[in-house]
Amino acid sequence: MKTSDLTGIFAMPEAAPALRPEASRRLFLKISGGAGAGLILGLAAPLPGSVRSAKAAGGAGELLAPNPFVQISPDNTVTVIIKHLDKGQGAATGLATLVAEELDASHAQITTEFAPADADKYKNLSFGVQGVGGSSGLSNSYDQYRQAGAVAKAMIVAAAARDWKLPAGEITVKAGVVSHPSGKTATLGDLAVKAAAETVPEKVPLKDPKDFVFIGKSFPRVDSKAKSTGAAKFTIDYQFDGMLVATIARPPMFGATVASFDASAAEKIKGVVKVLQVSQGIAVLAANTWAALQGQRAVNVKWDDSKAERRGTTEIIASYRQLLDKPGLTARKEGDVDAAFASAAKVIEADFEFPYLAHAPMEPMDCVVRYDGSTAEIWTGSQMQTLDHGAACATLGLKPEAVKLHTVWAGGSFGRRAIADCHYVREACEIAKAYGKPVPIKVIWTREDDIKGGWYRPIYVHRIKAGLDKDGNVSAWLHRIVGQSIMAGTPFESQTVKDGVDSTSVEGASNLPYSIPNLQVELHTQKAGVPVLWWRSVGSTHTAHATEHMIDILAKESGRDPVEFRMAMLSKHPRHAGALKLAAEKAGWGTKLPDGRLRGVALHESFKSFVANVAEVSFRDDGSVKVDRVVCAIDCGIAVNPDVVKAQMEGGLGYGLGAALKGAITMKDGIVEQNNFDGYDVLRMSEMPNVEVHIVPSAEPPTGVGEPGTPVVLPAVANALLSGTNIRTSILPINRQKYKGNA
Amino acid sequence: MPTSFKVNGQPRTLEVDPETPLLWAIRDELKLTGTKFGCGVALCGACTVHLDGEAVRSCQIQVRDVASRNVETIEGIKGNVAAAVQAAWIRLDVAQCGYCQSGQVMSAVGLLSQIPKPTDDDINKAMDGNVCRCATYQRIRAAIHEAAKTISG
Repeated sequence: MKTSDLTGIFAMPEAAPALRPEASRRLFLKISGGAGAGLILGLAAPLPGSVRSAKAAGGAGELLAPNPFVQISPDNTVTVIIKHLDKGQGAATGLATLVAEELDASHAQITTEFAPADADKYKNLSFGVQGVGGSSGLSNSYDQYRQAGAVAKAMIVAAAARDWKLPAGEITVKAGVVSHPSGKTATLGDLAVKAAAETVPEKVPLKDPKDFVFIGKSFPRVDSKAKSTGAAKFTIDYQFDGMLVATIARPPMFGATVASFDASAAEKIKGVVKVLQVSQGIAVLAANTWAALQGQRAVNVKWDDSKAERRGTTEIIASYRQLLDKPGLTARKEGDVDAAFASAAKVIEADFEFPYLAHAPMEPMDCVVRYDGSTAEIWTGSQMQTLDHGAACATLGLKPEAVKLHTVWAGGSFGRRAIADCHYVREACEIAKAYGKPVPIKVIWTREDDIKGGWYRPIYVHRIKAGLDKDGNVSAWLHRIVGQSIMAGTPFESQTVKDGVDSTSVEGASNLPYSIPNLQVELHTQKAGVPVLWWRSVGSTHTAHATEHMIDILAKESGRDPVEFRMAMLSKHPRHAGALKLAAEKAGWGTKLPDGRLRGVALHESFKSFVANVAEVSFRDDGSVKVDRVVCAIDCGIAVNPDVVKAQMEGGLGYGLGAALKGAITMKDGIVEQNNFDGYDVLRMSEMPNVEVHIVPSAEPPTGVGEPGTPVVLPAVANALLSGTNIRTSILPINRQKYKGNA
Repeated sequence: MPTSFKVNGQPRTLEVDPETPLLWAIRDELKLTGTKFGCGVALCGACTVHLDGEAVRSCQIQVRDVASRNVETIEGIKGNVAAAVQAAWIRLDVAQCGYCQSGQVMSAVGLLSQIPKPTDDDINKAMDGNVCRCATYQRIRAAIHEAAKTISG
């Protein structure tokens, strides 16, 4: 199938065309529970608190707000309205960079504000609804936010020309200062109110890239100070007079429901105000967090697990493995693999097994809601504002204009906050509705709720069977994947699942770039009662490893150098080849390493960006694997903010490496065996390799950087280990295997 | 029973359950929300504060344990070490989501107060208990080295 069929939401390897208005409305209706035409009409209507743009309408402005994205105040502050959640990936900085560039503002005068939920103004141009994912934040906004800045600048210049009675063509703007060769100068703020009276131009020309002062250069993060001083406010930090804190006693097995509960012990805890049942479990409302946490433990719930998933992960994996012997649905087919295997000089087969992974963002899920019976306000790190807003309206039975959603800084997401069923917003609304008093309520999840709570990267098992011809070239490739569909049962299913193949299950495998004449990719989709979700880089979390580790297994079988072996198959993919070449050069590929150190390479495309990693690996005394150095090359088109790109590569590969070395959620008899960061350990300081990032120079449009750094490090490390030990990394995580002594 | 202690130099008296973790007393009662909740069991370091000058996990310390003692949070840290650490954090754009960074800064200030010129190994030992899911570790390490240079002049 074509990846461009993925008009869906998060996992698009390509920027998909926007959902047709019709489709996006259907989507909205579906996710908002079909609450009726009022919702649809409301979607297009301006919502209350749609920032301050209303003030500027009609020219009677106290500030210049020519479009929904930029506001210039007389105090010389330029506020950029950020339509996407910033969960660390740098969306606020990136969108601010685009406006500042075309407006020729100074970095110091820029501030940012998150946009309200308003799909009409703030939709993701790749999705058709307001939300971010699939590393689309910058790519979908690149022209839109530049245009927003350019329009504001044109109005400022027009106002200066009128005021100074000088030709607009002779007026320039630099670092926030408007000037004319005659010596006249003004700040953007000086001219803001006058500029608001100018006609808003439809479209103005954008800068020639050679004139960029920020894009591709330096624009420090807008949030560094607030995040280094404790001032940045996350959902959990919102506090109001009379606010209650709520926890939920959640089912111990996926699919279990409340049979009965006894609240008496919880109600005796000082500070506990109310215990009530909601569809997610038993909610405990308290005057403070400590009471809510004690109450959660004290509630005695009898669970009905008759419909729960009762298998363990061992049984789930075993059932998946049985399917590796059977043909699946076809995701890609070229040539004739059977004939090619029959004539191959050598046939090699390898299986790979990937566990469930929790996202475990530092800030566990949380949501604040204030509901008074006729209106509601919500504060949360909403990644899919249109969906979350719709879910809140549906749950509370309110019209869109009665519900105000405030997006706030999120303490990580990695996919976790982009959730099609909006459960963490829905449950907060359910609690507020059930409680029925107009006080703000903050629902928090504990770390245990988070680790045991599902929405994992699905378990997948893979088999790749490959044939080498007499010259050691790959003549056949049969790749079979078994796992749970992320998209099935979500509103995005119709866009992402074609002929039974969930494109997010096979992405990264179905678009394998290597020239292999006979190639087939198959998928078995399995059901399990465990809720699953996109996890930073989605399908590539497993397909990158299976494909790239297999390539090294084959290179080794044919006695070829892994870089040269790949290059020989990349003649049709110059951007892949460019990233690989840069990483190999910078890493000193082929040079001698210190004793005890091994080196491996991997290359993968995701979200239209091309990433190569060269990893250097050694063993600790206890036999565990230590990653010492990773050289990363990325081609992401124009790197709008090179330092943010580097940060995303450093952090993205660190996130991937933690899971590669240690990450696994396991279940026994339906019960998750991990609770917290002890059982589900994550990458720590002493395990972070020295990372060097190199950006391939490019004039192509910008593509994703939030996710593409994550999936490549695992196969690079595995390939380093393979080069020294002959051991294939077939079962994840890596440190479950013993490599040392097998050299 | 009320408990009295100093927070960021100010005397405070709290009428809370004396078994309340210091973390929740700081956040809920004193409205100092820079100190974060990450795990509740001292596995992640997001709640790190200074108790009589030493970096500790506030989720594992009860209010009654801090009676008459000095608590310093991210909102109140002062002095040349803290200033150097925060300046380095900002200059290197360490933070991504930023949720763990209060705890990272508090641990880093604790480290540099004891070891003005830490080695990479010292940094590993002092910082391994502070999880960053954005994996900003490389920049944290660089910022600690940079702050050490600033402090020593």
